[in-house]
Amino acid sequence: MQGSVKVGILALQGDFKEHADTLKKCGAIPVEIRLPDQLKGVDGLIIPGGESTAIFKLIRKYGFERKLLEFNKSGRPIFGTCAGMILLASKIKNEGMGLGLIDIEVERNAYGRQIESFEHDIELCLDHKKEDRLFRSIFIRAPRIIRFGNSVKVMAEFDGQAVLAGNEKVMVCSFHPELTGDIRIHKKFIEMIKKLKMDKREN
Amino acid sequence: MDKSTLKVKAGLAQMLKGGVIMDVTNPEQAKIAEDAGAVSVMALERIPADIRAAGGVARMTDPEIILAIMDAVSIPVMAKARIGHFGEAQILEAIGIDYIDESEVLTPADEKYHINKWLFKVPFVCGAVNLGEALRRIGEGAAMIRTKGEAGTGDVVEAVRHMRNIRDDISRIAGLPPEELMTVAKEMGAPYDLVEYVHREKRLPVVNFSAGGISTPADAAMIMQLGADGVFVGSGIFKSENPSKMASAIVEATTHYQNPDVLARVSRGLGSAMAGIAVSGMPVEQKISGRGW
Repeated sequence: MQGSVKVGILALQGDFKEHADTLKKCGAIPVEIRLPDQLKGVDGLIIPGGESTAIFKLIRKYGFERKLLEFNKSGRPIFGTCAGMILLASKIKNEGMGLGLIDIEVERNAYGRQIESFEHDIELCLDHKKEDRLFRSIFIRAPRIIRFGNSVKVMAEFDGQAVLAGNEKVMVCSFHPELTGDIRIHKKFIEMIKKLKMDKREN
Repeated sequence: MDKSTLKVKAGLAQMLKGGVIMDVTNPEQAKIAEDAGAVSVMALERIPADIRAAGGVARMTDPEIILAIMDAVSIPVMAKARIGHFGEAQILEAIGIDYIDESEVLTPADEKYHINKWLFKVPFVCGAVNLGEALRRIGEGAAMIRTKGEAGTGDVVEAVRHMRNIRDDISRIAGLPPEELMTVAKEMGAPYDLVEYVHREKRLPVVNFSAGGISTPADAAMIMQLGADGVFVGSGIFKSENPSKMASAIVEATTHYQNPDVLARVSRGLGSAMAGIAVSGMPVEQKISGRGW
């Protein structure tokens, strides 16, 4: 397809197929990534929901850490949902460092065990103004952003705390837009990819 | 804010996809499993191979053991209740377990009815040997299915049979004209709306893992290629010569199930897998996959 972007999805573990389906609905081409070499040729990357400890272990084993930093530095955006957000954070409460691609501190399982998992309608503010329609967000053993730096823009809150945020090259969210069928947040990410691609061409 | 909706219950299983759920009997084993990359652990008093050997009545694990395991790891913890034993399930919910396995591996408490899983806030996973059984369990409120295989044997043959059964049933239903669906639902003993769902979507409405006999990286890769969303490994890890190594290798094989080069690398030098019992020739009364109605 001409003009459509190729978006990698880190497919080490988690709900990568749900992300692939959502990307297809947005007109993008999903590519499953299981080894670092496969990052060549994709314009952006999604790190899906899953078990962050299991994903992190495989990321380290295959040497993804340095590759992901280079990938993002070269102007290719990364979007992390739930476990993906934890991995991208600069700090993980009581556990140390994440990849540090976005200046946030997160707390794992911040809302409690599975029995406390929930759905809720939240307000989105994707383009500097409130969207007319609420977004059904699904929080599963979700992490929470407990601190964020000046470089980070908040796009949605729940209970007074940021749950969807980003900087120029990274987007993160606590919940699972890939489980809802609502493609607005993925579309926003694809816009981010297209914009950075354009900027690169102009330079 | 809505808690315990089907989306939230089934959603946790979606997050476990592409991963390995391991049976553990104490906090030390739970740590080994977590360090090896398990996405969840099943907290048990005895692993299925030992339940088989011990005989007698197999019941829910002592909550003390389950709580110690929940304290030891940050990944979600599952525990088993007997088929139909809603009393055990209530206790597991009260201690805050993340998932309940209504399991044929324990001695059934009811030989006619399963637990009404809609009454619980905690999600359930249930075993199935074919599509009809899977849809009955989902109709009762299960948010995740696992094919039963033959637990505690280390023989993958039944796991393969059950995964193929479900896959074949799905492709058959997907190809039928709509007017035949009611009769199929009747023959399978499955709720009509779920048969219609399978016809329309060509898949189960919830995640389906494979269980019962997976004991090597090659087993895991094969069953993933047959369409499993992930795997349960029961006795296969802690009955092997080097549990930590075997656990890591099965985790990698589940991720790279389509990559023979990685599979070859992780399969090398693992020590011996569990000894196991061949299912072929096993008397029917010793098989546990027949439990469930």
